[in-house]
Amino acid sequence: MIFLWAFLVGGAICVVGQIMFDVFKLTPAHTMATLVVIGAIVDGFDLYEPLVKFAGAGATVPITSFGNALVHGALTELHDQGWIGVISGIFKVTSAGVSAAIIFSFLAALVVRPKG
Amino acid sequence: MSTKSTGSQKYKKMTMSPKEYQSFAKTREPSRSIFANCIRAFIIGGLICVLGQAIQEMFVHLMGMDREAASNPTVAVLILLSVILTCLGVYDKIAQWAGAGSAVPVTGFANSMCSAALEHRSEGLVLGVGSNMFKLAGSVIVFGVVAAFVVGIVHLILGTGGQ
Repeated sequence: MIFLWAFLVGGAICVVGQIMFDVFKLTPAHTMATLVVIGAIVDGFDLYEPLVKFAGAGATVPITSFGNALVHGALTELHDQGWIGVISGIFKVTSAGVSAAIIFSFLAALVVRPKG
Repeated sequence: MSTKSTGSQKYKKMTMSPKEYQSFAKTREPSRSIFANCIRAFIIGGLICVLGQAIQEMFVHLMGMDREAASNPTVAVLILLSVILTCLGVYDKIAQWAGAGSAVPVTGFANSMCSAALEHRSEGLVLGVGSNMFKLAGSVIVFGVVAAFVVGIVHLILGTGGQ
């Protein structure tokens, strides 16, 4: 059942992105930045976590979850460490995604010749 | 003055004014149906999320992680897959068909970084790969961090921080 909801919710978020491409004529960079900000704001209202519980990877795989994870780290650190946590906690949860993307991309650039 | 007049003569030789040409070109553009694009984005985006769910279930059931702990390695595996497909030139083909369906998931984020890294490899490791890797992904990180900071400050002021 979680697979069906992952498909539907993940697909729906991608459709939002596609509408921003086609209808509002935004560049990919603008679209991604907007989606990340939306994810951050939604988590600010504590609404992203219920979506993750409900849709699993359908909510954690789209880029909106990056915004959610940034806010999540900031708020958790804010809770644990006080005001400085707003700064120190931001990358706490997202480290896996950003680090993996940097490391794998760098290794790929060392090994692979570009195609096309 | 003389160059200006030859310039305007050049325009007169054209059978259409640039404005007319633009409107003409617009009518001849293949019309990309927004609805069809959305269906494609929905299918591919949904499938990538299902793949992510499958990887997450694998971590949960085979390695005994709880669901929250499994989401980080899941993202890392998806990014690895995306980087491999980008290196093979497959991801860009998928992206042409799927539009936002392959751009919005985290795999698209990795694709933008990897393709920037590959593209600028010839300029060297530091100036090419190092400084261009975040050319597209940088805006996502900058706006994400700024938004997270603002949300954090709002929670700090309202005294509602923490989960």
